Amino acid sequence: MLSSKHFFLLPAFLTLVAIILFPLLFTIRVSFSSWDVFQSGLDYIGGKNYGRVFADERFWKSLGRLSLLSLISVSLQYTLGFALALAVWKQVRGGRFLRVLFLIPMMTTPVVMSVIWRTVFHESLGPANDILGMFGVGAVPWLSSATGAFISVLIVEVWQWTPFMFLLLLAGLVSLPREPYLAAAIDGAGTWRTFWQVTFPLMAPITIGALIIRLIEASKIMDTVYVLTSGGPGTATETSSYYIYIRGLRDFQIGYSAALSLVYLVIMIVSLTVIAKLLLRLLVGKVG
Amino acid sequence: MNKFYHILKTLFLFGWSLFVVFPFLWALTTSFKDANAITSGATYIPWVDYEPSTQGWTSLFTTGSQGINIVGPFIDSAAVTLIASLVSLALGTLAAYGLSRFEYRLGFVKNADITFFFISQRIMPPIVLAIPFFLMLKELGALDTIFGLVLVYVALLLPIAVWVMTDFFAGIPKELDEMAMTDGCSPIGAFFRVILPNSVPGLVVAGMFCLIFGWNDFFFAFTLTFTETQLLPVSIVSLNSSVTPWWSLSAFALISVAPLACVAVIVERYMSRGTMSGAIR
Repeated sequence: MLSSKHFFLLPAFLTLVAIILFPLLFTIRVSFSSWDVFQSGLDYIGGKNYGRVFADERFWKSLGRLSLLSLISVSLQYTLGFALALAVWKQVRGGRFLRVLFLIPMMTTPVVMSVIWRTVFHESLGPANDILGMFGVGAVPWLSSATGAFISVLIVEVWQWTPFMFLLLLAGLVSLPREPYLAAAIDGAGTWRTFWQVTFPLMAPITIGALIIRLIEASKIMDTVYVLTSGGPGTATETSSYYIYIRGLRDFQIGYSAALSLVYLVIMIVSLTVIAKLLLRLLVGKVG
Repeated sequence: MNKFYHILKTLFLFGWSLFVVFPFLWALTTSFKDANAITSGATYIPWVDYEPSTQGWTSLFTTGSQGINIVGPFIDSAAVTLIASLVSLALGTLAAYGLSRFEYRLGFVKNADITFFFISQRIMPPIVLAIPFFLMLKELGALDTIFGLVLVYVALLLPIAVWVMTDFFAGIPKELDEMAMTDGCSPIGAFFRVILPNSVPGLVVAGMFCLIFGWNDFFFAFTLTFTETQLLPVSIVSLNSSVTPWWSLSAFALISVAPLACVAVIVERYMSRGTMSGAIR
């Protein structure tokens, strides 16, 4: 029954099933075992690991921190990315050059740039405090205080990913129809009103897509944190991925970290679905 | 009012440009410093603020205990990224074409569900897969090898390829296939002789995204390779945690981000032509 249509789909489908689905099923099985450094292998201990997850304060705190971090950083990325896209949308001098320039950060490797950012935020030898000093601001404890470290991660995330928003939103702006703008011009609408009544509604579908994609990616934040702060000081910047990584591949509590990662996955899927529905209702006014 | 807007806009664009280039300029100037120049605090302009030295750059190409070898990791990174991107692009393009032209049915599972299955893999946090991947590659004896990483990266990149190409094929009229088939092509022949040659813009966009995500991944390379295979992001992080001087780190960083920074030029070209807009929904 293999016809030519299967020739197209099957290779990719089977590859993905083999590489993703089996590991996932395996993780589910492992999450019911006590696999760790002392005892490797698949025994069965029921839902014990899951009970432990629900009592694990450090995990829930990391989840709260992650939500705060991704919501703030994605909102900033969206606002800045939209503003930048609007600014270079119409003819600007050097527009071509600026567009290329604005895209570059998203092409760079997050961990590699984080290594550079770490030197930038160095308290006595880095330029961040040096430049602030020129304006008379005292030395900021960027990476050694809880708030400072959180803000540092935020700055790096915004630097890295605003370009992605910029890319999607500018591509959207470029392909907008012209007629609504003519109508708005005939009505004598000013720049501000044209934006809110024409551009913003027309951009709603792209806005939703862009926000969701970025939230999905932001929910995985770990690279930047690992290099910049190692989750510290203390656990001040520890995200869920990073915490699960510590439990799983550093403490080697395989069974427990499998349970953690599945709980994390389910929470991600549920909350992103809810956010997507809310955004759809808010921006397009229909229930998706 | 208009003038006020204009000034505000210019200031904003100028400020943001400065923010974007700042880490690169800082890395560039740091890469030419020596120990004295680093420990005397943040300085910016060579010859004026400090006496430049090229040891940051030369150390990367020196082998042995004094040097940091960037060539090996660079080749490993390029090999893994290119192979994985090509495989994902090939498999993804075929699947996307199939999904856009034929009807598949597996019980209650239909085309839309299969497409969703592919794309939804992007939601999977790497950490969820890291442990089973680790154990799986260990079984296969593929830990710490290029082959093992390629396998994992294909899983990572395939969804991106399927996603971009499904949208792209949706924009190619079906009449084109039908014309080819009335000319005597089989469906497979029609795809290779007619559709594929017309899909270059889509392939470029999808390929670029694969390259970006492949080249920039750190987590899987970090958890699945150790010494034999070492990719750029992993080696810079291990340098970072040892006592590697800033000048070498900076030069290393600049070399590893340079190839993709050039890709930005191509992305801009496609974006302004509007090729990208379809790939967004």
